[in-house]
Amino acid sequence: MKDLNLLYLAGGPIEKKEPVTPFDDTVCAFLDDLSKEIRKDPRARLYPDVASFAFYCRKANIAHLKNAYPDRQLRMGRGLAFQIAPSNVPVNFAYTYLFGLLAGNANVVRVSTKTFAQVQIICEAMNRLFEKEEYKKIREQTAIVRYERNREITDRLSVLADIRVIWGGDHTIAELRKSPIRARCTEITFADRYSFGLFDVKAMLDAGEDAVARLADAFYNDTYLMDQNACSTPHMIFWKTTGDAADFAKAQERFWKAVHTVCVRKYDLADIKVSDKYMNLCRMGIDYPGLFKVTRYDNYLYVLTCKRMPEDICALRGSYGMFFQMELSNIEEICPVIHEKVQTCAVFGINENEVRDIVIKNRLTGIDRVVPVGKTLDIGIIWDGYDLVRQLSRVVG
Amino acid sequence: MEMDLDTLLEMDPYALKKEEKERALSETLKSLTIYHRKHCEYYDNLLSALDVRDGGSYYDLPMLPVRLFKKYELFSVPREEIKKVMTSSGTSGQQVSKVFLDTRNIRSQSRVLTHLISSFIGRERLPMIVLDTKLVKKDRKMYSARGAGITGFSMYGRNIFYALDENMELDEGGLREYLAEHGNGRILLFGYTYMIWQYVIREMEKRGIAMDIRDGALFHVGGWKKLKDQSVDSETYNRRVRQRLGNLAIHNYYGMAEQLGSIYIECEYGHMHCSNYSDVVIRNPKDFSVCRTREKGLMEVVSILPTSYPGHILLTEDEGEILGEDDCPCGRCGKYFKIYGRIKNAEVRGCSDTYERP
Repeated sequence: MKDLNLLYLAGGPIEKKEPVTPFDDTVCAFLDDLSKEIRKDPRARLYPDVASFAFYCRKANIAHLKNAYPDRQLRMGRGLAFQIAPSNVPVNFAYTYLFGLLAGNANVVRVSTKTFAQVQIICEAMNRLFEKEEYKKIREQTAIVRYERNREITDRLSVLADIRVIWGGDHTIAELRKSPIRARCTEITFADRYSFGLFDVKAMLDAGEDAVARLADAFYNDTYLMDQNACSTPHMIFWKTTGDAADFAKAQERFWKAVHTVCVRKYDLADIKVSDKYMNLCRMGIDYPGLFKVTRYDNYLYVLTCKRMPEDICALRGSYGMFFQMELSNIEEICPVIHEKVQTCAVFGINENEVRDIVIKNRLTGIDRVVPVGKTLDIGIIWDGYDLVRQLSRVVG
Repeated sequence: MEMDLDTLLEMDPYALKKEEKERALSETLKSLTIYHRKHCEYYDNLLSALDVRDGGSYYDLPMLPVRLFKKYELFSVPREEIKKVMTSSGTSGQQVSKVFLDTRNIRSQSRVLTHLISSFIGRERLPMIVLDTKLVKKDRKMYSARGAGITGFSMYGRNIFYALDENMELDEGGLREYLAEHGNGRILLFGYTYMIWQYVIREMEKRGIAMDIRDGALFHVGGWKKLKDQSVDSETYNRRVRQRLGNLAIHNYYGMAEQLGSIYIECEYGHMHCSNYSDVVIRNPKDFSVCRTREKGLMEVVSILPTSYPGHILLTEDEGEILGEDDCPCGRCGKYFKIYGRIKNAEVRGCSDTYERP
C-alpha cells in the first residue's frame, strides 16, 4: 500500500499482516497508555466524546471486556481489516480501530475528509505512543488514513482486506460495494437503522423532580446531541399505559416540558434547523393524513402524538427535536412494526429483559439493543447485533 | 370586510393604513384559508395536523414553508382548469417549485403587478431596455425563471432592446443607437441584480465608458448573494449604476414564483414596501412569535392573490426586518422593510453519509 496516495494521520503503510490473539497483552497495554496520553492533552477536556473514548480504553474497562472472551487463546485476528468510518461522528473511527485492534488485526481506517479536532487529538496521541519501541509492532499494523472519494484507492484497499467494515448507512454501503473484495474476505456493514423508546407512564408520574430532570438530560444526549441523526437515536416513544388516559396526558407533558427546558439551555437552534424541522412537520402532516396531532414547545421541540399504530414506524423520523409518541395498552402491540431495520430500544421504567423476552418470544427480526435512556449513543463491542471482536477474528480450532 | 380586488385596483396600491389593512387582510386571508382547505386535500390534511389557534388575526393563520411547493403539487381548482404551471429553481437547484395557476389567478397576478408598477412609472408603455440577452427567452430549458421574468416585465415597455448579445457581451453600439433614438423621453430598464452588475456595469467600467440616460426607471430583482460575496451593498450598487448609465430611479424588488404579482418594490428611500395586496411578518425563529420593528427574523409573506393554490401565507427562508409602518418619507402606507438574504446552511451531525457527495 506504499504506492497509494494516502494521508496517514497515524501509523503508516502496512507492509505485512501479523495478526495476534484477541486482547493481546501489548494491545491492552497500548490502549491503556492511549487513554492516559489523551487525558494529558488539555484539549481533550473540551470534547466529551474524546473524554469518553479515553475512558473506554483505560485498563479496567478493557480487562472487564476481556472477561467475555474466555476462548480468546483459540482465536486470532483475521489479518487486515479495512474500515470506513462515518463522516459525521468524529470519534467513531477510534472505536472501530479499537475493536479491530482488540480482535488482533492490522487496521486500515479511512476517516472522513471533514476535519475534526477530535480526530486530531486522538491521532496525535497515537503517534506519540508509536515513537516508543514497545509499540513498534502496533504502529506497523496501523494506518489511519484520509483520502478524497477515490474508487481506485478503495478498490486497492478492498482487495488487501480480510474483513471490510463499512459504517455510514445504505448509500455508502452501496457505493463501497462497487469495489470487490476477495473470496475469503468477509464484511460487516452498518446500514440505516431506526430506533425508538419505550416509557412507562406510571414510572414517569412517580419519578421525583430530579429524576425527571436527569432523564430529560439523558434523553437530550441521546437525541439533540447528534441532531437526531444517529441510527440509535429514538424517533418514536411508546408509552405503557396505566389504563387511564389522563395519566398519559400528564406523564408525557411532564417529560416533554423537562426536555424543552434542557433544549433551551443547551441546544443551538440555528435558523436553518427551524426551517427544516417545520418543513418536515408539514410533510408528515401531508404524508400521513389523520395520523397525528402536533404539540409544539416553541420551535425547540415538536411532539407528534399518533392516534393509531402506523404501518411502518421507520418512516416516522424527526430531526433537530421532532418526536412521535403513542400510548399502548400492552407493550406487545409494538411487535407488528418491529422489523430488521429497527435497532435500539431505549427504556424508562420498563425492565430491559422484558423487552428482550418479547423479541425472542415473538420471533422478531428487529431490536438488537435494549438500553436505558441516555445510553443509546454508547458504542460497544456488541453493536448492531454483532459481537465485533468475534466477527473480526477467526477460530483456530 | 373582505378585500375586493376590483375595489383595490381602483385605489392607490399603498393607501391602506395599519388598522384598516389588518382587519381587511385578516378577513380575506381567513376566507382564503377556508377555501383552500375545502379544495386542496393536502392543505387540509396538513392543517388538521397542526396546532392552529384562531386568534382572529391573520397573524395566527398557519404558514406553509415555501419549500413545500417543491415537494408537493398543491392546487385548489380542478386539474383541467389549470392553465399554467410556473416553475422556479429557487436556491437548491435540484428541485423546482411548481405553482398551479388558473385563468383567474393569472389575470389577478398580472392586474396587480401592473397596478404596482404603474404607480411608479405611469400607465403609458415606455421605451424599454432589457439588461440581459434575448437568448434567455429562447432557451426555455436553461433560463425558465429568468426568461419568464423578462417576458412578464416586457408588458410595460415598447421597442424593447436587449443590451447583451448571445455571448453575454455588452452591445455598446446598439445601446448608443437606441438611446439616440429614444433617449429624449423617459425610459424603462429591467434586469437581474447580479447580471446587471457583472455584465453591464463592471463591463462598462472595464471599457471606461458611460451612457447618459436623462430620465430612466430601473427595476431589478434576483437577490444579493453573489454581490454580498463581493462586498457590494445597495448604496455602492446604485451609485455605480448611475455613474455608468445616467439619471435613474432604481427600484430593487422582492418577489417569488410562489406569490407572483404582489411584489415588494423599493421606493426612492431604499425601502421595500408592502402594498395593499400583501404583507410581511417577521418571525422569531425560536418560537415563530412576531418580531418587533427593527428586530431581525424569518420572513413570512402573505398575499391575497393565490386563489388557485394555497400559497397565500408562506414562511420563506429569507431573513429580514421591519423598518416601519405607514410612515416612510416617500408617503406610501403599509409596512416597509429590509432583507438580509437567505439563512445560512448549518453543519448537520449524525452517522450516515461516509462518502461526501461532490
